[in-house]
Amino acid sequence: MATPRPDWEGMASSPAFQDLLRSKIRFIGVATVFFLTYYFALPILSGYWPDLMGRKVLGEFSLAYVFAFSQFPMAWIVAAIYLRVAAKFDRQAAAVVREYGPDSVVRGGTAAHADDLLTGESSQ
Amino acid sequence: MTAILMTLAFVVATLGITAWASRRSTGASSFFAAGRNITAWQNGLAVAGDYMSAASFLGITGLIAYYGYDGFLYSVGFLVAYLTVLLVVAEPLRNTGKYTMADVLAFRLSPRPVRAIASLSTLTISGLYMIAQMVGAGAMVSLLMRDTGIDFSMSVVSVGLLMTVYVVFGGMLATTWVQIVKAILLMAGVILLSVMVMSQFGYSFGALFEAATQVGYTENGAAVQRDFLQPGLYYKPPYGPLNLISLSMALILGTAGLPHILVRFYTVPDAPTARKSVVWAMGIIGVFYLLTTLLGLGAALLVGRDTIATQGGINMSAPLLADAVGGELFLAFIAAVTFATILAVVAGLTISASTSVAHDFYSNVVRAGKQTTPREEVTVARITAVAMGAGAVGLAILIGPSANVAFLVGLAFAVAASANLPVIVLSLFWRRFNTVGAVSGMGVGLLASIVLIGISPSFMGADAWFPLENPGIVSIPAGFLAAVIGTLLSRDTEAEKLYTELLVRANTGLGAEKATSH
Repeated sequence: MATPRPDWEGMASSPAFQDLLRSKIRFIGVATVFFLTYYFALPILSGYWPDLMGRKVLGEFSLAYVFAFSQFPMAWIVAAIYLRVAAKFDRQAAAVVREYGPDSVVRGGTAAHADDLLTGESSQ
Repeated sequence: MTAILMTLAFVVATLGITAWASRRSTGASSFFAAGRNITAWQNGLAVAGDYMSAASFLGITGLIAYYGYDGFLYSVGFLVAYLTVLLVVAEPLRNTGKYTMADVLAFRLSPRPVRAIASLSTLTISGLYMIAQMVGAGAMVSLLMRDTGIDFSMSVVSVGLLMTVYVVFGGMLATTWVQIVKAILLMAGVILLSVMVMSQFGYSFGALFEAATQVGYTENGAAVQRDFLQPGLYYKPPYGPLNLISLSMALILGTAGLPHILVRFYTVPDAPTARKSVVWAMGIIGVFYLLTTLLGLGAALLVGRDTIATQGGINMSAPLLADAVGGELFLAFIAAVTFATILAVVAGLTISASTSVAHDFYSNVVRAGKQTTPREEVTVARITAVAMGAGAVGLAILIGPSANVAFLVGLAFAVAASANLPVIVLSLFWRRFNTVGAVSGMGVGLLASIVLIGISPSFMGADAWFPLENPGIVSIPAGFLAAVIGTLLSRDTEAEKLYTELLVRANTGLGAEKATSH
């Protein structure tokens, strides 16, 4: 099945794609640094400062337990924000494909190295 | 008796699903990727089901029942880890691969060496994970069948037999549906158990947590009272804090390198569905892990560490709690759910490992360059499943019922974080990355984590050569470093050129594998 090779380089350097990539990397970078910092603060503080973390802050709850519980809503909120932002990324990606991607390309594996992707049923 | 009947009911129902799936299963995409027709909530449940293994349910409940807050840190890491999956791995993986994690690497690197070593690491991780589940199954059944003749070894063998049947006949479609059914059952069981624990404390969280500040048990022959809401009961100086950080690194970075989780993103139609399914999974998993606190503290207070220790050990805290608050019938229900969990997770592990052997090792290494038919791949996968079943049964019987199963799974996470995650991330985000880097990164990550586990206190006792139980803090940087150094020592302009295509595909979904229509 010979499909015309899409112009990957052309698409990659198109302003629309560059724009998508920039905003995506910026968001993912900021979100990742944030959640890793928030998360690793917990084991580091609990491990090295157990007295501080053992202080009661909410009734019987230690600071450690409150911080540990707070990781759950933290994860959910970051995921929810990403879901919203990613919907915009999807629209941008669709626009890139509409503008630069040849319609005829429905299956992958047109690159020189990708023949191993074609060993399955898609090559028949 | 009731427990046996309930377990049998689940087994019959899931065998029904397997029979149905084997009739619908036509061709490789269907066997390995469920035809890519699974929806977001279904996949979310299946991912959650793969993750909420017996090791989590039995192991974490046990750790909290023994050490309070310190045990709960496993729960936190297991959930937050999904942000790594969501933000970094799930979508590009779905857009650029087909059946296995190695597809993403082989996209622009030379397929043979990369697939060979990826297949090896997949087998190692799935094997470690599987042994933990089998140990849990054995302990569970020995507890239930104390009076009958069925012992640890026999129950391990029966789990091995059943999961091989699911995989060999039903493929990915059957294991996905078995996983969905089981996830719902397990959630129901855990919620019910939590409600029953709370009923003992007048449905007041305040009362439960207040009681948890004074938990009594025997330590070194003396009666002690401890505050289970304080950190430091398990991770004590001198090496405890470092060990905790090491474990945290393994959990947070390992999930995104677990082959049996990653293959789930190939069962959905496209990247946006993969993303939504991660969020579904995070919702379910989060609720589950929050509840482990209630179960663990409940077991500490209502059963007690001393009783747990004499009646089946740390892994049996949750079942013993069910017995304490709900009596024999409820114990039977929880036991059946646990057994279902083990079966489903082991089947999921087997399918990902056998897919990797068939697709990565057989088709692309053994038969490299020659045409293989999808039918051949499926046959190889089935043979692998049978062999893996036999191997895991043997190893689980060898290790025996005493090790904490959450801890055993923590080791599988460490291997995944050291061997797989560095090369996945670098191949997606670093144009310069090449084959030498991938092979050295995976090789060093795999070797470092396995060797460090071998010389850790868990295997060498008090005067181990390596003082930490979890190798992550050393082996994960080692994996990254080896990948970077290997890359810089060689140059592959072809791979760098192909990065452009990878980048466009990963971010637009152009050319991604499509769902097959039924």
